[in-house]
Amino acid sequence: MSDMNVFRAEIRDWLEANCPPAMRTPMPVNESPGGGRRAKFNNPDTKVWLDRCADKGYTVASWPKQYGGAGFDKAQIVVWQEEMRRINARPPHVGMGISMIGPALLEFGTEEQKLEHLPQIARGNIWWCQGYSEPGAGSDLASLRTSAVDDGDDFVINGHKVWTSGANFADWMFCLVRTDPDAPKHEGISFVLFDMETPGVGVKPIKLISGLSPFCETFLDDVRTSKSNLVHELNKGWTVGKRLLQYERASIGGIGGAQKSKSLEAYAREYVGVDVEGKVSDVSLRDSVLHHRMNDKAFALTLRRASQESATGRAPGALSSLFKYYGTEQNKGKYELLLSILGTQAVGWGGDTFAENELTTTRAWLRSKANSIEGGTSEIQLNIIAKRILALPD
Amino acid sequence: MNFELSQEQQLIQDSVARFIDDKYALEARQKLVATKTGFSTDHWSTMAELGWLGLTVPESLGGFGGDQVDTMLVMEQFGKGLVLEPFVASTVLGTRAVILGATQQLKAELLPGLLDGSRQLAFAYAEEQAHFDLEDIVTHAKIDGTDFILNGHKSMVQHGASATQLVVSARTSGGQADTAGITLMLVDADSDGIKIAGFPTVDGQQAAEVTFDNVRVPKSRLLGSVDEGFDLLMQLVVDGILAVSAEAVGAMEVLYKDTVTYTQQREQFGHALSEFQVLQHRMVDMFMEYEQAKSLLYRATLEVAQSGLGALRTVHALKHFIGKIGIMIGENAVQLHGGMGVTEELRIGHYFKRLLVIDALFGNSDFHLQKFAA
Repeated sequence: MSDMNVFRAEIRDWLEANCPPAMRTPMPVNESPGGGRRAKFNNPDTKVWLDRCADKGYTVASWPKQYGGAGFDKAQIVVWQEEMRRINARPPHVGMGISMIGPALLEFGTEEQKLEHLPQIARGNIWWCQGYSEPGAGSDLASLRTSAVDDGDDFVINGHKVWTSGANFADWMFCLVRTDPDAPKHEGISFVLFDMETPGVGVKPIKLISGLSPFCETFLDDVRTSKSNLVHELNKGWTVGKRLLQYERASIGGIGGAQKSKSLEAYAREYVGVDVEGKVSDVSLRDSVLHHRMNDKAFALTLRRASQESATGRAPGALSSLFKYYGTEQNKGKYELLLSILGTQAVGWGGDTFAENELTTTRAWLRSKANSIEGGTSEIQLNIIAKRILALPD
Repeated sequence: MNFELSQEQQLIQDSVARFIDDKYALEARQKLVATKTGFSTDHWSTMAELGWLGLTVPESLGGFGGDQVDTMLVMEQFGKGLVLEPFVASTVLGTRAVILGATQQLKAELLPGLLDGSRQLAFAYAEEQAHFDLEDIVTHAKIDGTDFILNGHKSMVQHGASATQLVVSARTSGGQADTAGITLMLVDADSDGIKIAGFPTVDGQQAAEVTFDNVRVPKSRLLGSVDEGFDLLMQLVVDGILAVSAEAVGAMEVLYKDTVTYTQQREQFGHALSEFQVLQHRMVDMFMEYEQAKSLLYRATLEVAQSGLGALRTVHALKHFIGKIGIMIGENAVQLHGGMGVTEELRIGHYFKRLLVIDALFGNSDFHLQKFAA
């Protein structure tokens, strides 16, 4: 047996022995393993699964062992993901810790910062949020005004962030602040970290049309953070911030292998019915679902090719904009189709008339409308692709 | 097709527009959404006082004597405010069913209450297994002496829980999908054996599931003729489609105009968003699609007013476009408002949700495309 086959056998055995059966079923939203100091585990197996993976470094398998990872190389990661998918395992841990600030610290953090934060992230002990957008700085993020002023060993932060995902549950924030008001806008920004329990941090959830409040406004009023929480150099925060947006775009765009969920075809058969040959009876719906399926296939292949090329250093970083754009359009398209499949079963907002998954589909459809806005709008992604990849003029 | 409004029509349009301006600011509307009935009985009384509840009732019976064009004028304005009162359910569909189908005696009994707003109707025609096919009816009525005995289940009955009577389609003979053998009748909401379970829909409006378990309905409550109710059912649905399509066109106008205003105010990169050509073109697309929807609405409404069910094909085209264009305009309005577009605070999201529900009422975009092709 080759080394890789031995490795695969080990992973498979470990998963068989350690992944609880309940963690091999599709994950309801309220069982998402976000972790954090105030973590609530609606299903106790979620906690078991998180801890078992964290003990082995599997929550962040590609990170070095000293930072809480398993030190897997590219090929081992592929095997790990394949074996996870084979048993339809839920991700042991999700969140901005492992998908955004973790990779940014690995790339830009000091050794002290890495040792302080990465193992905590890997264990799911700290929930992170992202202090980027402001009321006047959305697509034009670099025009942000939240200021951090040098005061001895600390920075003192004042400002107003908006669309802060999960700020009401978060333990720490990574935040873009202006440290040089006189420099050109991209050159006076720094990237700092602070604990959300610091005096002066105020959080107010924003109510959305989906009825949910996944985003907040965050008010920063004389918030102090030690200078040791500056990531990368002073006034070089845009470099970190931009890089991190690429991780974010990749994750909104759907990189990283999702669990299998009920297919559009299955929904169509159930709600619209089948003809004598067992095909979905509505011809135009059948076409739309097939068209969507083919796009999905091509997109998955593009993601895989880009991931292989980035391993060899050939893929441009700006390609994450393509993933973000295409992935979110696909996701919105999927929900449009689902809605039209569900018909009047998709217009419920409450009551016993509708099945739980019908009600959540309607809300998820509304939620999907923000996909092409958050993390940089579709228009911004197209600009990035035009300028950074095709080298078109401003 | 740019028809001239009569002086009376102009007056109605103006008075509805004033009502929307006065009563339907977003905050006031959202307060009504949060109430138990989901609309204002005061507004409902106002609509009665202003004569809107008798809009298409003949003058000889105390109404205004209008047709689908008058309803369109009202509904287009209602769409601009996302009106919550049961005007479509009770007036456009319910009262119309009474005018077209009830005996003189039944009309005399019902109309005073319908015109003063104390009586409220709902239209129970949809069934879950039917996937929008009107003739697919499982709910059945059996004749027993002087009564019908009604059994079955109706879904998505708009404002069903607050209605005093329901207009119900039932099968009295024939197979599940036959157009012959359908009968319409008026059923008291407090009859023995009836169960009405109300629920909110995604757009903040109210609907209900209704179950009939051996409900006795006197034959005197028949609307139209026994076994021959399909044409009446179709006429009502066509009027319903025209009404919600007019509402949708009103909502689309708000969405594209709000978007134009917002992009002129919001600045990024040192420029108003409206200066970016790619966004300008998007708004031009929204505007053009809105114009298309409006043309079809006018055309279909005039055709139905003149030739009734002879205009069916144009009605299918209209409802297909309304669904498709509604989603397109709503989606772009949200996108161009950025994060604000998906908040409860701006009205954009609320209009978008209403357009979604309108697509699902009386057959969605796909369904009407198939019907148009058939």
